[in-house]
Amino acid sequence: MDIPFLYQTLLKLLIGVPLTLQLAVSSVGLGAILAVMLALARLSGLRLLAWPASFYVFIFRSTPLLVQIFLIYHGLGQFHAVRASFLWPLLREPYWCALIALTLNTAAYSCEIVRGALLSVPSGQIEAARACGMSNFTLHRRIVFPLALRHALPGYGNEFILMIKSTALASIITLMEVTGLAAQLISESFRAIEILIVAAAIYLSMNFIVTRLVQWVEYALSAELRPPPAATSGQGGTV
Amino acid sequence: MTDQINRAVHLTALRKSFGAFEVLKGISLEAMEGDVVSILGSSGSGKSTMLRCINMLETPDSGQIEVGGETIQLKQVGGRTRAADRHQLQRMRASIGMVFQNFNLWSHLTILENLIEAPIHVQKRSRADCVEEAEALLEKVGIAEKRNHYPAHLSGGQQQRAAIARALAQHPKVMLFDEPTSALDPELVGEVLRVMRALAEEGRTMLVVTHEMGFARDVSSKIVFLHKGAVEAQGSPRDMFVAGRSDCFRQFLSGGNGLK
Repeated sequence: MDIPFLYQTLLKLLIGVPLTLQLAVSSVGLGAILAVMLALARLSGLRLLAWPASFYVFIFRSTPLLVQIFLIYHGLGQFHAVRASFLWPLLREPYWCALIALTLNTAAYSCEIVRGALLSVPSGQIEAARACGMSNFTLHRRIVFPLALRHALPGYGNEFILMIKSTALASIITLMEVTGLAAQLISESFRAIEILIVAAAIYLSMNFIVTRLVQWVEYALSAELRPPPAATSGQGGTV
Repeated sequence: MTDQINRAVHLTALRKSFGAFEVLKGISLEAMEGDVVSILGSSGSGKSTMLRCINMLETPDSGQIEVGGETIQLKQVGGRTRAADRHQLQRMRASIGMVFQNFNLWSHLTILENLIEAPIHVQKRSRADCVEEAEALLEKVGIAEKRNHYPAHLSGGQQQRAAIARALAQHPKVMLFDEPTSALDPELVGEVLRVMRALAEEGRTMLVVTHEMGFARDVSSKIVFLHKGAVEAQGSPRDMFVAGRSDCFRQFLSGGNGLK
């Protein structure tokens, strides 16, 4: 084992970590907003909203992310209207193309996580909120979303991990994140195994941290599932 | 007009169908302030549906709902009835306390947080006042030491008492109880009925859908007996239980639901 080489490789690949994390965090964050809107559209009961949302989910879940990235990066530039539009300064940059593709892709999957979580909110608790006079907005902000979040977290942790790994595909359109840098180093040194092992170790560490973070949030939001605080016993006083 | 002021709830000719099944066949009901009205009837008689119409958790197909002298504005949209003014509906709902069969406490909030949720976020009252009042209410229903526990940590009876306290925290003009003891183990029924009795003695206006004949007979000022979606008989407990107004009601009482 060539420890110095591995160490040098690690130092070089770590330079790509900020870009990898930036792509993953931004796409999951933006994707989550889109996912909530899509899920609400699917559950709205209005065909005009539900149908396009279902179609969107179908398209983006059923085609490869790599193809989506290629289509956005290479495909959109074929249209004169796109090149002439105000979006062109964004759409000709590989960074924005990758971010858009990752966001649109994760939104489709997350929509289903969010939809399932929203459906799992007990109808009785929603009814109680309505009976108190809550507006739809307050009802969602105070009751529905907090309860749904607790159901969505395990699935969403999964999605976050998948997205960190999916950013590797951005290297295909010239982005120098961890995998892009690894590919570059391999072409310079032809020492594929060592370099890829270091790259894999970096993804592993990032996901280890993400897993821990998600676990911590889950713990923080599940006090009601743990035994009560200081075991104060007693059957309650008298009336 | 003076009559109007004292009237807490007035339902006029409520009709409601689920598909082809007509649950409410033109029900009218009146409750004065301070009345405790027990609503009895076998299952499927429409008593829960009627109660749930009062705060529009169910929307009647036609009829009129008046609570605290104010009539809920209704409109027809695509063959269905809806509240015409959702701000009015929300304001009126906030003044109607509702206690459910299955408690329906918010599972992600502690008992104290359950009590202050609507007063703070619907009625926009100050947090400090709400907390102080909520603690007094928890004391009153006998679960003050559970204030920082989550609903899942409480027994059914304690949860239902918390739910009653949650409804009281909004200073309701009227309290609605939808079979408040039906989901409880028999040994827990008493503690909830005691709280309800205490509320009745305070002079609170209460409409109670129940199978507890003892409560209906001893506590209520008026009994309404529903049969197949219509008011079959109504009157004071004395009239209903002793004089035996209706054959149908006598049959209902003897059919395993007799006086306890």
